[in-house]
Amino acid sequence: MKYIPQFAIILLFSFAGELLQALIPLPVPSAVYGMLLLLLALATGLLKEEKVADASSFLVSIIPLLFVAPAAKLLQFWDIIGPNAVAICVILVASTLVVFAVSGLVTKWLHKRKEERDNG
Amino acid sequence: MADLLSSLSLFHVALTLAAFAVGHWLQKKTRFPLCNPILIGAILVIGVLLLTDMDPKDYADGTEGLSWLLTPATICLAVPLYQQLKVLKKNLPAILIGIFAGAVASLIVVFFLCRLFSLDRQITVSLLPKSITSALGMELSEQNGGVPSLSLVVIILTGILGNLLGVTLCKILKLNDPISRGVAFGTSSHLGGTSKATELDALTGAVSSLSLVVAGIITTFLFPLVCKFL
Repeated sequence: MKYIPQFAIILLFSFAGELLQALIPLPVPSAVYGMLLLLLALATGLLKEEKVADASSFLVSIIPLLFVAPAAKLLQFWDIIGPNAVAICVILVASTLVVFAVSGLVTKWLHKRKEERDNG
Repeated sequence: MADLLSSLSLFHVALTLAAFAVGHWLQKKTRFPLCNPILIGAILVIGVLLLTDMDPKDYADGTEGLSWLLTPATICLAVPLYQQLKVLKKNLPAILIGIFAGAVASLIVVFFLCRLFSLDRQITVSLLPKSITSALGMELSEQNGGVPSLSLVVIILTGILGNLLGVTLCKILKLNDPISRGVAFGTSSHLGGTSKATELDALTGAVSSLSLVVAGIITTFLFPLVCKFL
């Protein structure tokens, strides 16, 4: 039974996220608002982690399953994707390498600077 | 036969679960990143739909109940994020700036490459969220006129790529500490990269899973700006 109140709390935050999405005129997914609200509630101590811990780790663990149906929909769009498949693959590989390098190197540089300052 | 199966209310959900279970089993057995349970599952579903001549729309309607769970499930990512924020407090500025740089780089590089290949708006919007976690990327794509299923597949492939190449890239770029490695894995290749980062060590994994959520949130707010130029 412990899952039911936990699910209810999570749904409450989902609902609050949808409400914010409806009120704020930005194309931001309602899940982002819900996530930020939940984070805020946890960080301020309004909501204890144990109150959602079990249901949330269950829900996070089933996320991959929820993507099977949307991925299968690709079939319906094959006529617009097919002719661009090569370009899409090039962009995929090139941008992944760039993002890996940029985020890693920037962090390394800042992290090193901080450690040097802390030690000296 | 196909008509009968389609008319049963739980057939499509059962098909999805079975296809995912096969993909999951294959991944456990082979331990190869390309045997991604989502990709294998989707390929099996497509195969069944084509073989039985079933209407893809019936399948989409039948699995509506599953997709309903996606928003609450995504929100729950806040819980691990909260746990990691507590642990990583000391290194937070370097981590956040690194993620921000990566998220901006991703949008810029994808934008210009799409221009270079003169891809249309619909495909560009679908590719822009490729480095962020699927739940957010798909919705961004949908809200801005992209093809969510294309975004999803590109996002999954990005995760697989980060998983396969990440360790080699760390060597080439001389990323030796868990903090910068974790940011690189999580920001570039979300969950796919994070599963590799977790294999390296616990701290790299924690930084990576924080990065994937933060990169998703940052990208969400930058996305409308980029779309203005399309």
